[in-house]
Amino acid sequence: MSDEVALNDPKTLPLSFTLPVVGAAGGFFGLFVGTAQGSTLLGIVVAAAVCAGLAYLAMVVMGVPQERTFKWGVRALFAVLGFLVGALPGLVVGLLFGWFIGWFIYWIGRARYRMTLPPYLTSGQVLWEYTFRVLCGAIFVFLITPILVVMPLSFNAENFFTFTPGMLAFDPEAYSLKHYRDFFTSSEWQQALRNSLLIAPVATLLAVSFGTLAAIGLSSEHVPFRQAIMAILISPMIVPLIISAAGMYFFYSRIGLQGTYLGVVLAHAALGIPFVIITVTATLVGFDRSLTRASANLGANPVRTFFKVQMPLILPGVISGGLFAFITSFDEVVVVLFVGSANQQTLPWQMFTGLREQISPTILAVATILVAISIMLLTTVEILRRRSEKLRGMSPG
Amino acid sequence: MSDTTDTGPVLAADGTPLKKSLSRALRMQKVRALMLIAPLLIFVLVTFIAPIVDMLFRSVENQIVSETLPRTTAALEEWDPDTGELPSDEVFEAAYYDIFIAAERKLHTRLGTRLNYEQTGVSSLFRKSGRGLDDIGEVYQDQFEDLNENWDEARPWAELMSDPDWIAAREAWDEDGAAPMPTYRLQSGISDVLPRTAEAYRIFAEFTQREDEDSPLEEEPWSMVHTALFQDLTEQDVSGYTGPQAAMLQGAAGAVGEFETISFRDGFVEIDEDWLDPEVWQTIQTYSPNYTTGYFLNAVDMQKTPDGPALRDEDERIYGLLFQRTMFMSLVITFSCILLAYPVAYLLSTLPMRKANLLMILVLLPFWTSLLVRTSAWKVMLQQQGVINDVLVWLGLVADESRLVMINNQFGTIVAMTHILLPFMILPMYSVMSTIPPSYVRAAKSLGASNWTAFWRVYFPQSVPGIGAGSILVFILAIGYYITPEIVGGTTGTFISNRIAYHISSSLNWGLAAALGTLLLVVVLGLYWAYDRIVGIDNVKLGG
Repeated sequence: MSDEVALNDPKTLPLSFTLPVVGAAGGFFGLFVGTAQGSTLLGIVVAAAVCAGLAYLAMVVMGVPQERTFKWGVRALFAVLGFLVGALPGLVVGLLFGWFIGWFIYWIGRARYRMTLPPYLTSGQVLWEYTFRVLCGAIFVFLITPILVVMPLSFNAENFFTFTPGMLAFDPEAYSLKHYRDFFTSSEWQQALRNSLLIAPVATLLAVSFGTLAAIGLSSEHVPFRQAIMAILISPMIVPLIISAAGMYFFYSRIGLQGTYLGVVLAHAALGIPFVIITVTATLVGFDRSLTRASANLGANPVRTFFKVQMPLILPGVISGGLFAFITSFDEVVVVLFVGSANQQTLPWQMFTGLREQISPTILAVATILVAISIMLLTTVEILRRRSEKLRGMSPG
Repeated sequence: MSDTTDTGPVLAADGTPLKKSLSRALRMQKVRALMLIAPLLIFVLVTFIAPIVDMLFRSVENQIVSETLPRTTAALEEWDPDTGELPSDEVFEAAYYDIFIAAERKLHTRLGTRLNYEQTGVSSLFRKSGRGLDDIGEVYQDQFEDLNENWDEARPWAELMSDPDWIAAREAWDEDGAAPMPTYRLQSGISDVLPRTAEAYRIFAEFTQREDEDSPLEEEPWSMVHTALFQDLTEQDVSGYTGPQAAMLQGAAGAVGEFETISFRDGFVEIDEDWLDPEVWQTIQTYSPNYTTGYFLNAVDMQKTPDGPALRDEDERIYGLLFQRTMFMSLVITFSCILLAYPVAYLLSTLPMRKANLLMILVLLPFWTSLLVRTSAWKVMLQQQGVINDVLVWLGLVADESRLVMINNQFGTIVAMTHILLPFMILPMYSVMSTIPPSYVRAAKSLGASNWTAFWRVYFPQSVPGIGAGSILVFILAIGYYITPEIVGGTTGTFISNRIAYHISSSLNWGLAAALGTLLLVVVLGLYWAYDRIVGIDNVKLGG
């Protein structure tokens, strides 16, 4: 124990290492500030010098005992600098940079970056480890940024799809709930919302009730042609949506279902079925059959056994399958574009036409609402998954 | 007691042999399982499989030509296009009747559109002819009318051609009453006297009753009927006819010899010179069978020629290019997904559970977010007045007047779809990588392997199944994408699915859409089969 502490004990690294590294980091940021202000080279040199100077101050003059004071000082310094250069947005950027560089100086200078890594790594491996982490961080940023960018933009007071100077200056006038008001008052959007809420639950109900029964049937030991049946039931998930849409459009117009509410519901139910089948059969894999036998042994009929013993145990799987089916229908646009008519315009349909014809940023407000809904659904599914694993006696993952 | 157990078969409690009883129980179980599956199976078969089969069928279906032009296609069978000569007069005669009827039913434009896919210009030819064919009939109609005013009246015609019982029934029929409209019947024997006229009049009368909901007793017949009557009178001897309106008929029969005539061929040529082009007739002949490979040939940039299928001209080939582009872009998307997903999946599988779960949210949130939200986000990010360009301009990396064009081209489609499909790559990779024991890499290193060797020779081979599963999944999804390319793809970044949608909703060439869809379906099913082989469909996991 004490050995480990000794091995990882942070110490002050030589200035010949700290100053260039901190200076390089500062220079990197200075590059952008310099370019924006008109002189790239000057920006790099000044920023590198300032940061190296700060590092010297921290390591030699103030040291660890006054770390807190130093960090606050740096934050204040860069906030003021930022404010002088670029008003309010500059202040925010400056504050963030001050927070970063204050932390970075001690992290580098006191070799704290080695604290979480195994002590035997070479410096090359340490460098690689952090390069890797930065790379992964960049990929996570790529994953999440588009979704995060939409949210503030939906409060835009202007009809633009981008940040206005007012928004960047945190001018309250530049923000408004205008697009949300549009969404809640426009009859088109409200009709679309109503249609979505009429179609998705019914499609989900159909998919879940048929799907659960079939999954129970499929999970019994002696099912002839199980492979073939499974392939047919899963096929709506495999076949590209455009092909399903084309086929349904041709076939449903032959039998008079094209352009009807029923047609869209049936199509969406078919698309949701594979998800129900997959989640419910996965739940049933861990199901202990002796429970139903015990129940039958105690005199319960099959229906009672199903509702009192089997159903409560597989309920989490059924619900998460239902959520998948719901989100499939709620999100679906290709099939409804072809199978539906103007009377069945759903939210995604409305968004799609809006995006194609570039009408209004109301789409962004709707997008934000949808993101909020998906966060709720994600949380629910995650909770259900853990609960299901607990019920089946597995350790929660 | 002991006798039965020793000699006979083992019995169940109810006295039946145990073997039989067990097999019955097994059968019961099977039936019960099938009964549980049956509702869903039927549901999927009707709502999903039937449409797909219908689409496959539609890609070869071609009844429209032989249904709309039954006489012409029959007459054309004998014609050999290789001689370079025009078809015989019988063909023109058959075409006159067919197109006339089709024009009355307003079907000729549909057929014209259909044949226009194969030969440009046929559509307008048919539209023109539908209007113009009246001119041929009117030559005869006018002369009959000059002879006797009754030839232009509804009633005498009806009496001449129809069954008297039908006339009585039709007159007595109450339009608002519950009884069905009396079915039209020809006068018995008239078909022998005037075969063509009877056939033409019957078609007219039935059409008038059913489609126009008028009475043939009050509607004068089409000029086509007069043409048929002229033909009949020149060929048949009607002197033996004694039925209603016999005098009128005999009078006409005596006069037709003096009539001004016009041959069907000249009539057609007068409408449009293109009817003299053997290629038009050849197109009709080539597409007269009920089933055709034409759509499929079209979908692979080929066409039917007299010498069998051949490639289209260089500048008319678009689908090969489109399939190639779809494949190429799907591959690029798959590779960029692998590149981005591998480090993330590795990080997630090596981090402690609590941290990994936290980071997993960043992967699952995009996965759960609506496709359209993500697509609209990319539109916001990538457009010229969008977020990325604004940031680049603000940083001074790009001049305001030379903003980057990142949307409505291949780049936009690839970036947006990589983002959208990335979770589908990360999740399978993660589930494979989290089963790889870290001790293997450590062992390799302790045996002297360098970092790179330990990764490349020990870790990477174990993670290949995850790459395979993710790649096939992403590729299958990418190849059939429609929404994202439609919105951010512009003209150069679209996929084959956009073309399918275009043919369904804009050009209305459903057969070609079905053929393209079938080809795409075959590719996807092939990949799916490979996926099943490599991963197994039971291993599909949702949401981590």
